[in-house]
Amino acid sequence: MEALLAVIVGILFAAAVYMLLRRSIVKLVIGLMLLSNAANLLVFVTAGLRRGAPPLVPEGLAAPPSAVADPLPQALVLTAIVISFGVLSFAVVLVRRAWELVRTDDLDRLQDTDR
Amino acid sequence: MQALVLGGFVVSGVAPWLHRLMGGRAALLLALWPAAILAWLLGQWSGVVAGEALVSEWAWMPALDVSLTFRLDGLALLFALLIVGIGGLVLVYAGGYLRGHSQLPRFLVLFLVFMTAMLGLVLADNLVALFVFWELTGLSSYLLIGFRHTDPLARQAARQALLITTGGGLALLVGLILLAQAGDSWSLATLVTRGDTLRAHPLYPCLLAGILLGAFTKSAQFPFQFWLPNAMVAPTPVSAYLHSATLVKAGIYLMARLHPALGGSVAWTLTLVLVGGVTLVLGAVMALRQTNLKLMLAHSTVMALGVMTLLLGVGTRTALTACLVFLVAHAFYKGALFLVAGILDVSTGTLDITAMGGLRHALPGTALVAALAALSLAGLPPTLGFVAKEQVWATLLTSDPWGGVALAALVPAAGLMVAVAAIVAVRPFFGPPVATPRAPRSRPSSLLLGAAPLATLSLLAGLGPGVLDGLLSAALSAIGAPGEAPHLALWHGFGWPLALSLGGLLLGWLAFRHWDRLRGWLEVGLAPWVARGPEVWHAALGWRTLQLAEWQTRWLQNGHLRSYLAIILMSWIGLVGQALVVHHGLPGWPSSGIQAFEGMVAGLMAVAAVTACLVRSRLAAVAALGSMGFAIALTFVLFSAPDLAITQLLVETLTVVLLALVLFRLPHFTRLSSFRQRWRDLGIAGLAGGLVTALMLAVLDGERLPRISDWMVSQGQPLGHGRNLVNVILVDIRALDTLGEVFVLALAATGVYAMLCLRAEESSWSSPAP
Repeated sequence: MEALLAVIVGILFAAAVYMLLRRSIVKLVIGLMLLSNAANLLVFVTAGLRRGAPPLVPEGLAAPPSAVADPLPQALVLTAIVISFGVLSFAVVLVRRAWELVRTDDLDRLQDTDR
Repeated sequence: MQALVLGGFVVSGVAPWLHRLMGGRAALLLALWPAAILAWLLGQWSGVVAGEALVSEWAWMPALDVSLTFRLDGLALLFALLIVGIGGLVLVYAGGYLRGHSQLPRFLVLFLVFMTAMLGLVLADNLVALFVFWELTGLSSYLLIGFRHTDPLARQAARQALLITTGGGLALLVGLILLAQAGDSWSLATLVTRGDTLRAHPLYPCLLAGILLGAFTKSAQFPFQFWLPNAMVAPTPVSAYLHSATLVKAGIYLMARLHPALGGSVAWTLTLVLVGGVTLVLGAVMALRQTNLKLMLAHSTVMALGVMTLLLGVGTRTALTACLVFLVAHAFYKGALFLVAGILDVSTGTLDITAMGGLRHALPGTALVAALAALSLAGLPPTLGFVAKEQVWATLLTSDPWGGVALAALVPAAGLMVAVAAIVAVRPFFGPPVATPRAPRSRPSSLLLGAAPLATLSLLAGLGPGVLDGLLSAALSAIGAPGEAPHLALWHGFGWPLALSLGGLLLGWLAFRHWDRLRGWLEVGLAPWVARGPEVWHAALGWRTLQLAEWQTRWLQNGHLRSYLAIILMSWIGLVGQALVVHHGLPGWPSSGIQAFEGMVAGLMAVAAVTACLVRSRLAAVAALGSMGFAIALTFVLFSAPDLAITQLLVETLTVVLLALVLFRLPHFTRLSSFRQRWRDLGIAGLAGGLVTALMLAVLDGERLPRISDWMVSQGQPLGHGRNLVNVILVDIRALDTLGEVFVLALAATGVYAMLCLRAEESSWSSPAP
């Protein structure tokens, strides 16, 4: 399953890169979303997958009785999900604001708006 | 010794403050510093002459074998005496020369920094320390040449000198590192004892080339000689001190110092004799072409440096003796002559020799100093210049096979030097008075106070050259030529040396008599060569470099975000891909079971991602992204990450809502890129995605190292008192990180709010270009 998910992550990355290379700024934002999802999944998958063993300690015990999924990458990914949401919402609002002001979503035209 | 050397930097820091307190007289007070060092050095004289080297160690970066160890042996003492002695005199002179100049404090600081760096250079025993001081002299020289920075010529000359000397400095750095590797030591004192090992080492040609390039650029040897005459735009004290007496001798010092380690091989001898020979002939001929006093002196300095290089190349004991005597003589007379040039400049407002005459009445003291120094330059008795010249002749007459070649170059060149000396000492001061731009008037006495001692030293050392015997002997043993002390004397009796001197004198006299006609010939005859000389190569090289820089800036930094991204991505793909293939090989395919349901979820993710890229409707794109997010959440559920699944679901919902709200106020998707561009981007994207997959497979393939999370799993409950281990990590083990995350979110929220609500600015924003 890890190998399959590795391929999927590769596809997600490819899609993200393709969108990041577009001229339309809205597509750039979509590329950003794809990229953050792909990165989260990458960290999650490469740490190793385990079915049906969430990192929880049962009542009355000091440690899980059997091996559980690695909690550290999960904690990292959790942080990353939330941060990427923050970045995304900022980016989306920024793009909207830019559109309102300069009325173009072509990155090549945005070049000239400072002059 | 460290305090004595490095204290100069402190003194230079005090200089501006001192200048504010007492104005131009601060230079006199500051000259006490070199005077103090001079006194200390003279105190060490007897010990050093007896053959002891004074070593003062200070570990600077012991882990890297870099120490700030200073070593005072004969050679170092000789140079150090010249540096602080002449430095002090020139400092006194500069106080008068630049009196009232608004930038005098800056000059004092730079001058003292240079002097200190130069002192450190000749005393340093560690190669790294030597290089640091070497570069420091180059930098301060740059700032001093460009002292009159409002003059474009000064800036250009400063830049040229900097580019050439630091370019050579880079070669020197490579050479020194190779030297340290080949000789297995960073200490000069150790390296000079390993000459045989070094000369037999396979790296010898490379390290020799690097070191000689550094020395040649610094000491203005052909084909790098042109920066030195151009550097004459600097104030005259700088020309006198840096560009004749000290800085340009740094290369000579380095070659002399490394002579026992590197010298004696065919490559060494051939290079030094040839380069020195060409340089000295070129300097002598070019000197006679000038009418500007400083330029004439600068070219004759080039000639003198060529002589020293040549003598180092010949490398016998007598040749080294001659080199050192000539070095001392040159420092005395050339320093004095430059200072005279400066006095003439401030008194008459011109440096053109043909525009001066009969100044001996107005400036009698200056005329006397000029005459004394010129006697030494011409190599006439009873000056040190004569002693040095006789020594050079005696050396070359006895050394085969290079002596003959060298003599063929040197005798005419020496003749031309006689002519230069006569021109410098006679033309401005004798003959009928010529109207100068300013009526000549006598200048502050500090000017003469700086110049006179140097000329006097030329004379005194010539009358009793035996004073130098002990020091020369110590210096010679420091550079690998021990033996009994040389016996310098003014009068060596009749013989070939005297005959050669007389021949040179005759030639010089003829050249002086017919200088005006000779100059005309040289002007016309040499013009095509000068127009094709190394200076033009240098300029062309600089111009081409600029063109290249412009071209690559236009190409790499074109202002398009996507081309920056493409360049970064392609570099990443190339570098990481290469590293992966070379160090790991292509990763294998781990076999593991896939359940049908999981496969479907994974497939949904991929399809959704691709759909999001392909659709032209914004709603469809948002929907595709949403399904991808939910598929990811499902994956989290399947593989034991309930917290992630919850968060992902929540965030995904919010994202879809946000996009649905905002995206529809945005324009429709338009297809802006061309067909070719899309395929090119698709290629980059495919490579990037493939590389990520390969990297992940390589990671999954590799062995697992012991993990910190095992500790977290076992201690989460006992120490963190929580049963959800992910939560324990977030709020306990990595609490500070989570706090930072909260701040980031708060900032993002503030930004979003600001952009959505605050519209005060909008009215002032001009409507965009169409």
